[in-house]
Amino acid sequence: MTTINSKIPQGALAEKWSDYKSHQKLVNPANKRRLDIIVVGTGLAGASAAASLGELGFNVLNFCIQDSPRRAHSIAAQGGINAAKNYQNDGDSVYRLFYDTIKGGDYRAREANVYRLAEVSNNIIDQCVAQGVPFAREYGGLLDNRSFGGAQVSRTFYAKGQTGQQLLLGAYSALSRQVNKGSVKLYTRYEMQDIVVIDGRARGIIARNLVTGKIERFFAHAVVVGTGGYGRTFFLSTNAMGSNGSAAVQAYKKGAYFANPCFAQIHPTCIPVHGEFQSKLTLMSESLRNDGRIWVPKKKEDAEAIRAGKLKPTDIKEEDRDYYLERRYPAFGNLVPRDVASRAAKERCDAGYGVGSTGLAVYLDFSDAINRLGENVVRARYGNLFQMYEKIVDDNPYVTPMMIYPAIHYTMGGIWVDYELQTSVQGLFFIGEANFSDHGANRLGASALMQGLADGYFVLPYTIQNYLADQIQVPRMSTDLPEFSEAEKDVENKIKKLMNIKGKRSVDSIHKELGLVMWDFVGMSRSKESLEEAKKRIKEIKKEFWSNVRIPGEIDSLNTELEKAIRLADFIEIGYLMAIDALNRNESCGGHFREEYQTPDGEALRNDKDYSYVSCWKYKGEDHEPELLKEPLDYEFIVRQQRNYKA
Amino acid sequence: MEKTINITLKVWRQRGPKENGAFETFQLKNISTDSSFLEMLDVLNEQLVSEQKEPIVFDHDCREGICGMCSLYINGHAHGPDEDVTTCQLHMRKFKDGETITVEPWRSASFPVIRDLMVDRNAFDKIIQAGGYTSVNTGGVPDANSIPISKIDADEAMDAASCIGCGACVAACKNGSAMLFVSAKVSQLALLPQGRVEAAARVKKMVAKMDELGFGNCTNTRACEAECPKNVSIANIARMNREFICAKLKD
Repeated sequence: MTTINSKIPQGALAEKWSDYKSHQKLVNPANKRRLDIIVVGTGLAGASAAASLGELGFNVLNFCIQDSPRRAHSIAAQGGINAAKNYQNDGDSVYRLFYDTIKGGDYRAREANVYRLAEVSNNIIDQCVAQGVPFAREYGGLLDNRSFGGAQVSRTFYAKGQTGQQLLLGAYSALSRQVNKGSVKLYTRYEMQDIVVIDGRARGIIARNLVTGKIERFFAHAVVVGTGGYGRTFFLSTNAMGSNGSAAVQAYKKGAYFANPCFAQIHPTCIPVHGEFQSKLTLMSESLRNDGRIWVPKKKEDAEAIRAGKLKPTDIKEEDRDYYLERRYPAFGNLVPRDVASRAAKERCDAGYGVGSTGLAVYLDFSDAINRLGENVVRARYGNLFQMYEKIVDDNPYVTPMMIYPAIHYTMGGIWVDYELQTSVQGLFFIGEANFSDHGANRLGASALMQGLADGYFVLPYTIQNYLADQIQVPRMSTDLPEFSEAEKDVENKIKKLMNIKGKRSVDSIHKELGLVMWDFVGMSRSKESLEEAKKRIKEIKKEFWSNVRIPGEIDSLNTELEKAIRLADFIEIGYLMAIDALNRNESCGGHFREEYQTPDGEALRNDKDYSYVSCWKYKGEDHEPELLKEPLDYEFIVRQQRNYKA
Repeated sequence: MEKTINITLKVWRQRGPKENGAFETFQLKNISTDSSFLEMLDVLNEQLVSEQKEPIVFDHDCREGICGMCSLYINGHAHGPDEDVTTCQLHMRKFKDGETITVEPWRSASFPVIRDLMVDRNAFDKIIQAGGYTSVNTGGVPDANSIPISKIDADEAMDAASCIGCGACVAACKNGSAMLFVSAKVSQLALLPQGRVEAAARVKKMVAKMDELGFGNCTNTRACEAECPKNVSIANIARMNREFICAKLKD
């Protein structure tokens, strides 16, 4: 039996991280120059890590699939970033941010990791301001904050509705400075195809040059992966078209555990699905719930009339509206965490109160805020979001309430890492959304940016040295070694196999089919039956894909269909992992809701006795089911409770 | 309610940077007016794949107007006929039934075509690498509230910083000038005390790199500002010129 060692330092919660830093091994400046580090991904985690490692003096190779590091999908994060600054004097502290995050995650994250995250959150804000990130400010010149779900304090820093963009451009600037200095070498339009492991340690990658189609080999003393989440397994999601889970699958097949794959976040406020041609779903920031009120009609006949186009939302009188979040959760109201808000929307729509032509939508209404504050204030706060909504839906949200519905947004699951962010393969590190670590079963709003930057700026640059300190005697290896040749050959064979199928179906048509199975059977609510069905159907999709996909174009040239096919092959693997993980977890917690396990009033029913663990799936070969390993989650410092946002 | 239209699409096809390109014409039927421009291209590509043909290559990623990846010149406008949007946010309801739509890549000597509608905008990264940052390392920085910044300056910096680096400004400019892009970064950092320290050195380095890479100069036609999907103002160009002249005078 493999045991899982999370390497959490001993000692008091608040001292673990400083103790670790005081005693860890470091690499001296002369030796840093002799060590190569590959960083895959240039989002918040990847860019901040590559920049920080370059500043320290390591020789960094940084890869991204886009034409520029600045385009990574972190750029699309809207609402903000949390930090325990307590600038508002409203009772915030490192402990409170830690506690809210653990509770928000339904007690399925590690205490030590989350505490560290809360601790470094303040450094992130300082760092970004020093880089010239133009956060929103008050008239007195100091930083402004707003509230996000799952918190009773205002601790979210923001830059209009473009916080992710501004933070990423900050990290991109820092990265560009290192590229100019020569400490980081950029490889844009390159996609990692495999990780090369030599004597049990990650020693490099195989990557495909997306412009020439050439497969290339790269050596490094350590490999860091920050390639984001796998939400696009569902085809329709708020993720970018290129976002994918392939790096995770490559790591998984090389021995890294895939942890908690079933923990996926469904974001409550997205523009609803409206047609078969649709390629993606657009998020409307959670920050809108600061001022927007969510409702559906109280009477079924009103909802039916709206769906038939006979009534407009503005025709529904105040007393005939059901502000269901305020009704069910008086203490947090519209600012309950995302999983709770999403399920509540689904519950109302399933019960027949949904609006929009499909009945799969609820209203997010700003009329109260506009009456109270004036349209100008609302425009200043959310103008760009309102504009985005209007361009997509062709309706003016200042006049008619927005229509929203939940959509896949983020994945809490990912590659298992220890306290040092190292996977179960030595020398292979996973950071940001790509790892499983800090959000438990549900991530709170404005915490993804926090975690990505915490990992990249303030955690990995320390912990990776504890590993590299033993590697200073290891010379740069030749990429002619048999391990590199074999890995490259495997990649080439896989690509040839895909190209030679010459079937009848396009990649997207199969991807859409997978997406529907995921949404219907592994989506917002799951049951034993639905998950068994999903397993069966995903196996069929896998067979269909590998026997009937059609990829036009050439192997050794730019080929966007081939890129999509390689990614879809991995999404199918991830879909299956999500289904078996959800089936194994006989409880409801956070974003994972099993219909069999709920409280009498429909809330998630956790089972701490049997499921207080991280499920770590170990790859056992193509034709075998993966093995489940468990990392127990021992809560030493806080008492777990039934999550309560009512009082 | 959903409506559909039929359109004729003239798309630029080009195998590689050194090869000759030409327009190819396609007929598309029953395109939903609720679909975005890129979703319309998805429909066309799906059709091409089913006919064993190679799909049209175009850059796209976030599809919500923020990554700056999409870059189509549609009916003579960067990002098409709608205002304040990127191509991915342009919807088919902006077109008429029976309309012929011409789609081209960004055309600029500094952005060579990679294939079809995809171009190489690496030059923008090089300009940022030349100086578009504050020279601070991770850690050891002062508390975020230690330097108050007037809300007016912060907001103005934010407006400049909203540039998505798509390159529409260069594509729209008859001189192929990158001044709007460069000035947006120069302004953002010059307006903030954190960036002020290196402002003079920064503007000189970035302008020098811009010239070296072959971008043209500004003749105040304001085409860039008109086509910018994020409404970045040419007031930034004026600010950059001021910063540049002051920096040069001190040399």
